[in-house]
Amino acid sequence: MEPILKARGLVKRYGKVTALDNCDFDLNPGEIVAVIGDNGAGKSSLIKVLSGAVIPDAGHVLLEGRKVRFSSPNDARAEGIETVYQTLAMSPALSIADNMFMGRELRKPGVMGSVFRQLDRARMEKIARDKLSELGLMTIQNINQAVETLSGGQRQGVAVARAAAFGSKVIILDEPTAALGVKESRRVLELILDVRSRGIPIILISHNMPHVFEVADRIHVHRLGKRLCVIDPKDYTMSDAVAFMTGAKEAPAA
Amino acid sequence: MSDKTDDYEAVVQASRGEAVADFSKARASALDRVQHALHVNPALVPLVVLLGSIITFGLLLGTKFFSPFALTLILQQVQIVGIVAAAQSLVILTAGIDLSVGAIAVISSVIMGQFTFRYGVPVEISVAIGLLAGTAIGCVNGWLVAVMKLPPFIVTLGMWQIVLAANFLYSANETIRSQEIETEAPLLQFLGTTFKIGADADGRGGATFTYGVIFMVLVVVFLAYALRHTAWGRHVYATGDDPEAAQLSGVNVKRTLISVYGVAGLICAFAGWALIGRIGSVSPTSGQLLNIESITAVVIGGISLFGGRGSIMGTFFGALIVGVFTLGLRLLGADAQWTYLLIGVLIIAAVAVDQWIRKVAA
Repeated sequence: MEPILKARGLVKRYGKVTALDNCDFDLNPGEIVAVIGDNGAGKSSLIKVLSGAVIPDAGHVLLEGRKVRFSSPNDARAEGIETVYQTLAMSPALSIADNMFMGRELRKPGVMGSVFRQLDRARMEKIARDKLSELGLMTIQNINQAVETLSGGQRQGVAVARAAAFGSKVIILDEPTAALGVKESRRVLELILDVRSRGIPIILISHNMPHVFEVADRIHVHRLGKRLCVIDPKDYTMSDAVAFMTGAKEAPAA
Repeated sequence: MSDKTDDYEAVVQASRGEAVADFSKARASALDRVQHALHVNPALVPLVVLLGSIITFGLLLGTKFFSPFALTLILQQVQIVGIVAAAQSLVILTAGIDLSVGAIAVISSVIMGQFTFRYGVPVEISVAIGLLAGTAIGCVNGWLVAVMKLPPFIVTLGMWQIVLAANFLYSANETIRSQEIETEAPLLQFLGTTFKIGADADGRGGATFTYGVIFMVLVVVFLAYALRHTAWGRHVYATGDDPEAAQLSGVNVKRTLISVYGVAGLICAFAGWALIGRIGSVSPTSGQLLNIESITAVVIGGISLFGGRGSIMGTFFGALIVGVFTLGLRLLGADAQWTYLLIGVLIIAAVAVDQWIRKVAA
């Protein structure tokens, strides 16, 4: 099977620190790949390259076999790669609908849109509401509620819904459960599986081994700026995975 | 997966009856509701204060204050500050501050005057050059803030001094007298043109407006529309709220910031034009307090100095509140210092309210 997203020989240096050292990455259609690694292993740099937030010094990224170059997150987004950042990247004072359409607002048809550049709020609100209820995040009474009035899990839900609404090819989730309680994490994990069932492949970055082993189809173990190995969660235990990523145990031959 | 011994989440999975993302919330107390209303509509506080102060002075002074003439006089007195404060609001919404607004207004008016009188440039073109100069200075501010990543306070503090000094050097500290302008280039005084509604036969009393007042209202209405109903407006709020988040969610933060400072410069240049209409002459020493007065109007108007919160209507009300206090206290015969004292109290009260509004139940 040809990977939908493929990276080869990525290098990223920050001064004397080499964050990515000839790193490879593969994501197959319809799967969830978890990326695990110790702190400072270069996970974030890898994800930032794939999401367009960082431009690699060397190497290339192939989307559906086609070479792509991202110079900003907008480029990646235009190609159908959506990222949910750990910080969620939402404007707390703005509404749910405003946040979901930030940077890709819809304008009214006709003169009001083209000359007066008026936003089509009704349409944006409707789509936002539809997307949230599609993912079972409904019971929203007020889509114009400011994001800061939502709980952590609700915000995460809105962020995932935003990604799912626009991410046609790949969704990247950076530590989606790190800041959440047990119950909220559970809901977000279900959301992730739900998104996969729609056929959208997901890259999941997480430190939480139970979560990783529960939802991932394959696990990419990152160590010292490169891919150490890719393991199947059915073949290995969580302690094996931790041993690989910390270097306590020799990695299996890839 | 089979050796997952500590399956602590199974418990949760079983009892997961209710939806986690339940957005409906019972708002219990009346205070919560007030806070929510203010959060959604931050211009409410200054509006209430404005109406309250008009009613109070109206009761104290009767028709001396509560007449079309006196009330429109307030509008005339606040027009320049009102226009500049509209520009200041834009900048403060992006969590910045613009100390150079007054200097930009003055140098723009000086450029309009000097180009007309020193170089004999047709007055229409001089005005256009003045407006362009203001926009250009604003864009430089924006470039330094957005691209060079310098703090707005420092950038505009420096720009204030630079522009003010350039203004004195360029104009050689000369004033262009009102009569000269009237006879040779009346367009410079265009925004000072007055018209009356409801005056008596001798032309006294009645509501008196200037084109500058109309222009101030138009600027406020236009900006209110742009901020609320265009993508650019949403980007201004998002940038002020959290620039990193805005950038990651697809807003071009640099372009937004430069456009904000540029538009602010343009509006200040218009204020410079209105300033010629208001004082009649082109004076390089006018408008020295505009930066502080505009910030005052913005703060009293409930726009958060931390960015991303508040509305341009609030600023408009804030400018009017200052005008109402100034005229009202003068008509009462109070020492002018009482005005400053009360405005000081209002500023601190406004920021206290802002902090309270920010404390939303998470």
